Amino acid sequence: MDLRLTAKEKRFREEVRDFIATNLPEDIRSHLRAGHPPTKDHIVRWHRILNTRGWATAHWPKEWGGAGLSPVERMILTEEIFLAPAPTPLVFNSSMIGPVIIQFGSEEQKRQFLPKIANLDIWFCQGFSEPDAGSDLASLRTLARRDGDHYVVTGQKIWTTMAHHADWMFCLVRTDPAAKKQVGISMLLIDMKTPGVTVRPIMSIDGHHHLNEVFLDEVRVPVENRVGEENKGWDYAKFLLGHERTGIAGVGRSKERLSYARELATQVKAGKRPLAEDPCFREQLALIEADLKALEITQLRVVAGHAGHHADKPDPLTSVLKVRGTELYQAVCELACRSAGPAAIAIQPAGGAADELDAAPRWGAALAPSYFYSRAASIYGGSNEIQKNILAKTVLGL
Amino acid sequence: MDFNLKDEQRALQESVTRLLGTHYNFEARNRHAQQDDGWSRDMWARYAELGLLGLPFAEEHGGFGGDAADLMLTMEAFGRVMALEPYLATVVLAGTALRVGGTPSQRADFLPRIADGSLLCAWAHGERDTWHQPSHVTTTAAQDGDTWVLHGAKSLVLHGLSADLLVVSARVRGAADATEGIGLFLVPGDAKGLSKRGYRLLDQTPAAEITLSGVRGRLLGTATEAWPIIERVIETGIAAVCAQAVGAMQAALDLTVDYLNTRQQFGRPIGENQALQHRAAEMLIATEQARSMAMLAAMIVDDPEAQDRARHIAMAKAVIGREARLVGQQAIQLHGGIGMTTEYSAGHYLRHFTVIDQLFGDTAFHVRRLAEEHA
Ligand SMILES: Cc1cc2nc3c(=O)[nH]c(=O)nc-3n(C[C@H](O)[C@H](O)[C@H](O)COP(=O)(O)OP(=O)(O)OC[C@H]3O[C@@H](n4cnc5c(N)ncnc54)[C@H](O)[C@@H]3O)c2cc1C
Repeated sequence: MDLRLTAKEKRFREEVRDFIATNLPEDIRSHLRAGHPPTKDHIVRWHRILNTRGWATAHWPKEWGGAGLSPVERMILTEEIFLAPAPTPLVFNSSMIGPVIIQFGSEEQKRQFLPKIANLDIWFCQGFSEPDAGSDLASLRTLARRDGDHYVVTGQKIWTTMAHHADWMFCLVRTDPAAKKQVGISMLLIDMKTPGVTVRPIMSIDGHHHLNEVFLDEVRVPVENRVGEENKGWDYAKFLLGHERTGIAGVGRSKERLSYARELATQVKAGKRPLAEDPCFREQLALIEADLKALEITQLRVVAGHAGHHADKPDPLTSVLKVRGTELYQAVCELACRSAGPAAIAIQPAGGAADELDAAPRWGAALAPSYFYSRAASIYGGSNEIQKNILAKTVLGL
Repeated sequence: MDFNLKDEQRALQESVTRLLGTHYNFEARNRHAQQDDGWSRDMWARYAELGLLGLPFAEEHGGFGGDAADLMLTMEAFGRVMALEPYLATVVLAGTALRVGGTPSQRADFLPRIADGSLLCAWAHGERDTWHQPSHVTTTAAQDGDTWVLHGAKSLVLHGLSADLLVVSARVRGAADATEGIGLFLVPGDAKGLSKRGYRLLDQTPAAEITLSGVRGRLLGTATEAWPIIERVIETGIAAVCAQAVGAMQAALDLTVDYLNTRQQFGRPIGENQALQHRAAEMLIATEQARSMAMLAAMIVDDPEAQDRARHIAMAKAVIGREARLVGQQAIQLHGGIGMTTEYSAGHYLRHFTVIDQLFGDTAFHVRRLAEEHA
C-alpha cells in the first residue's frame, strides 16, 4: 500500500499546472475565483484550449481524440482544473454523451459527432428529467412515435441545464408505452433548431439563468439519430450516469473554495481582529480540510479500483463520494459566504458603476449566489437521499 | 410562568394573520417588491389602521401600549409572508430609539406620526467596516449652536431610501471602537449634504448606503452618551428578527410538509419515505428551538434590569441563525429541483435567513461573544 503519487504522476501534475498557468486566460480565472459561474464564452474558450492537448476528453480513447491518461492522471487533471480555478470541460459533451456514442453509437454517429463534441463545436444538453419524472426518472412520458424514417417526439423536459446554449440535446423518450417502465425507453440526439423545440428559461435562486424547460411539440427526429437500439435507452442512460466517477467528489472544487475562504478571512474583521485569527473560524477550516483529505483518499480508492471489501457488490464508494463530496462542497460555500459577513447580503446592481455610495464591497457579490446554487448539488445527479437508498439496499442489504 | 397568550394578544395575532393571509401571498409579495420603494404603501396604511404601527408606543403617543410579546407576534406574522414593509426600520429600530431615548417633545412630535403611518424612519448605525462590532462608529458629529454637523458614511441602512427621518449614530469624541462618546442624531431624509444609494438585499429587503457631508441634525434626547440606547435598539432589533425568523421557519416547514404530501415519485407521495419524514421532523425541532429563543428574547428585552439580558439575547441570535439556515436548506432539498427556482417560494426562505443572520451580528459573532465569557 502506498498512497503517494509516483514520480511519473508527480511530473504529470507539474505538467498540467504549467499548462494551466500559461494558458488559462486571466479574465476567466478571476471571474471564477470570485465565485461567479463561468459564462458560455468562458466554457467554450477553455474547453478548446484543453482540447489542444486532448485534455477536454482525457478519458476517451486516443483514436477519438482522448489523451489516454491513466485513471489517476485523469483525477490529477480534474483536480488541477478545479484548483486553478478554471471551468471543467463541458460535462454533457465530455463525460456524458461522448462516452455513450463511443460505446454504443453507430460509425456514422462517431464520425459526425465525436470530433465536434471534443472541440465543443457543438454543445450538448441533457434532456432526461421531466416534471413528473425526477428521482423516478424511468416514469418519463415524452413520447416518440415512429413515422417512416423519423420519430415524432412530443413531451416536456425540465431542469435542462444550459439548454439555452445548446446546439443538440441527448434525450430520453418513450418508444414503447406498453412495455415496463424501464424497457420502452430510447435515447435520441435532437438538433435544438428542429421545428417544435421551444426553450423556456427557469431562473434559479442564485439569480442566474442556468436551467430551462424544453418543450417538444411534434419534433421530427431522423431515426439515424437514435443512439444504439430502440427501447434500450435505459441501459445507455445508466451507463452515462455511472460513467464519470472521478469528478463527482469535487475534491479540487471544494479545496479551491476553501482556499478562497481562507483568503477572505485575512481581509475581513471578526469583531476587532481579522477573521483569520479567530479560533472558531480556524477550527471550522481545519475540520473541513480533514474531511476533504478523507474524501481524497476515498476517491483514490475508487479511482485505483480497490474499493476493498465489497468486490462482489456494486461499488458503493461512488455514492459515498457523491454524498460526502456534495456535503463538503456545500459546507465550504456556506463558510465562504458567512466569512464575507454583511458584504454578502447585498444584491449588486448588474454592471452598476462603482461610486462613493457603492453598496457593499464587490468581492462579496458572488458568495451568496454560489452558496445558494451549491444547494442543488445534493439534488441533481441522483439526490443524496437516492444515493443513501442505494447504499442501504445494495451494500447493506437493508 | 405563563406561555399562554392573553385574549387581546390572540385577537391581535388573528387580525394580523387574517390581513396578511388576504393580501400577502407569494405572488402579492413579488408585486410589492416591484414597486419603486420595494414595498407596499397600501399595506402600510392597513397596518396603521390595525394599530400595528403604534404597537409599542404609549397611548398618549397614539400607540397601543403593547409589550415585547405583542411585537413578537407581529414580527412572526410578518416573517411568515416575508413582508417587505419598513416595520423593523421604522417601528422597531427608530421607534425604540425615539421611545427610549427621545426627549418628551421629540416623542410627542414623532411617535404619533409613526403610529398613524405618515412618518417613515430608518436606523442608520452600521458602517462599511463595522462588520458586526456595533461600537465601530467613525461618522463624526460636531456641535454648532443648537444643531450638530455630521460627516461620514452609513452602510446597510434598512429602508434608508424611503425614510423621512433617519436616526444616525455619530462619534462626538473617542476612538473608533469605544462605546463612549457616541451620540444619536435625528436627520431629515432630505437634509442638505445627505446622499443615498438604494439597493436590495438578497431577500428583496430595500437598503441604502448613505453619505453625510456636513449634514445638520438634532441630538436625540439630551446626552451624547447614547451607548445604552444603541444597545437597547439592537437588542430589540434582535428580538424582532428572531420572531420574524420563526415565522418564516414555520411557513417553510408548512410549505414543505404540504409538498411531501402531494409530490408523487415511484408511485407514492415522497412523504412516505421515512428519510424525508425525519428531515421534516428535524425542521420541526429546529423551529421549536428557535421559537423558544424568540420567546426568551422577547421577554428579556422588555426587562432592562435582567442580569443575563445581553447573554441571553446573544444566545437567541446564535441559535436562530443556525436553526433557520437548517430549515431553509432542508426546505430546498425536500422540494428537489423546484426548490431551486425563483418562481417558487421555497428557495426564498434561505435567502431571507441569510439576510437575517447578518443583521445585528451573525451566529459566529454571538457565539464568539458568548465564548469570551468563558475565557
Ligand atoms: C441545478 C440542477 C440542474 C439539473 N440539470 C439537469 C439536466 O441538465 N438535465 C436533466 O435531465 N436533469 C437535470 N436536473 C434534474 C435533476 O436530475 C432532478 O432534479 C433530480 O433527479 C430530482 O428530481 P426532482 O427535482 O423531480 O425531485 P423529486 O424526485 O421530486 O424529489 C424531491 C425530494 O424527495 C426525495 N426523494 C424522492 N424519492 C425518494 C425516495 N424514494 N426515497 C427518499 N427520498 C426521495 C429527493 O431526494 C428530494 O429530496 C437538474 C436539477 C437541478 C436542481
